[in-house]
Amino acid sequence: MEKLRRTMLYVPGNNAGMVKDAHIYRSDSVMFDLEDSVSLNEKDSARLLIFNALKTLDYEGIETVVRINGLDTPFGEDDIKAMVRARPDIIRIPKAETAEDVLAVEKLIEREERAAGVDPGTIKMMAAIEGPLGVINAYQIATASKRLVGIALGAEDYVTSMKTKRSPEGMEILYARSAIVTAARAAGIYALDTVYSDINNEEGFIEEVKLIKQLGFDGKSVISPRQISPVHRIYTPDHKEIDFAVRVIAAIKEAEIKGSGVISLDGKMIDKPIVDRAERVLAMAKASGILINEDEI
Amino acid sequence: MRIVKRGIAGTLESSDVMITVSENTKGGIEIDLKSIVEKQFGKQIRTVIREKMEELDVKDALVEVNDKGALDCTIKARLEAAAYRAAGIQHVRWEEK
Repeated sequence: MEKLRRTMLYVPGNNAGMVKDAHIYRSDSVMFDLEDSVSLNEKDSARLLIFNALKTLDYEGIETVVRINGLDTPFGEDDIKAMVRARPDIIRIPKAETAEDVLAVEKLIEREERAAGVDPGTIKMMAAIEGPLGVINAYQIATASKRLVGIALGAEDYVTSMKTKRSPEGMEILYARSAIVTAARAAGIYALDTVYSDINNEEGFIEEVKLIKQLGFDGKSVISPRQISPVHRIYTPDHKEIDFAVRVIAAIKEAEIKGSGVISLDGKMIDKPIVDRAERVLAMAKASGILINEDEI
Repeated sequence: MRIVKRGIAGTLESSDVMITVSENTKGGIEIDLKSIVEKQFGKQIRTVIREKMEELDVKDALVEVNDKGALDCTIKARLEAAAYRAAGIQHVRWEEK
């Protein structure tokens, strides 16, 4: 079954209460942040907090991600040493600009895996693209390592570098979004969208989620538990979509049995992209917990 | 690990604990515990602190604990951060974990 990454709940790494309760809201992933949300003089304490939490707490199958500090800071290497031993599912690299940034982190992860007796390759990676150079290099970043499961847009730093600011419509990040989702698809990995900071604007948030789904993103980072269910709702196929997908797959099977070449449904030709989309709708529906009667297919 | 100064870690937010580790001129590990769950968990919190100090090889320290309902793993994390700070050591020996 396809892994859902519709929502990644952002958890400040030095907040003990949020670290303890991160999984109860049932986002698809939780991301413990050791980077921007932690002040410089609390990096050591946050690292120990996340280390102990990951070693002790049961996050009930929810994917755990840790955003580390960059290797250009005094904290990045210690973050990797600690997190390889704490074993989150994924280490997320901030501000990836080039493939070399990914490879440098991978090298340290592998060194620490060997030192700690963890099978090399166990810990997966995700890279956040947060600047114009990263957007230009998105495909090189996305294909830099077999450990990479996805790339994500970090829009706040990006818009600042672009000499602009975020707007409700998001025109200023349309190119970056398109570049990142295209690179992720070409590389066969997940594409994850940036955060929506105005937690009180639910209407604006919903519009943004619809937009990123339409662009092809797999999901989005969320900064509040309140943002989780709207994303899941929008990403879950509705009855109409599921019904159509079931009929497409049934028509394909019937045509295969009859040996007919051209397949049509409701007078329209069914070709490969339509079949692929139908299969994806059914996979998403199943992954979202919707029961589909296999006998109908 | 030798305690040479005062080290503080943690916060007074719910589910957290603020721990201060400092020199203990009287020798040994002395624990001063304030906790909202002291009646039920006081003994366990003291045990967690003594075990962690032993693991860190700290023989003499005054440990002041202001607990706001922290889990054991949070107490361990904050105590270790406070102890490292109080010992003036910047890097945790992750290789030994």
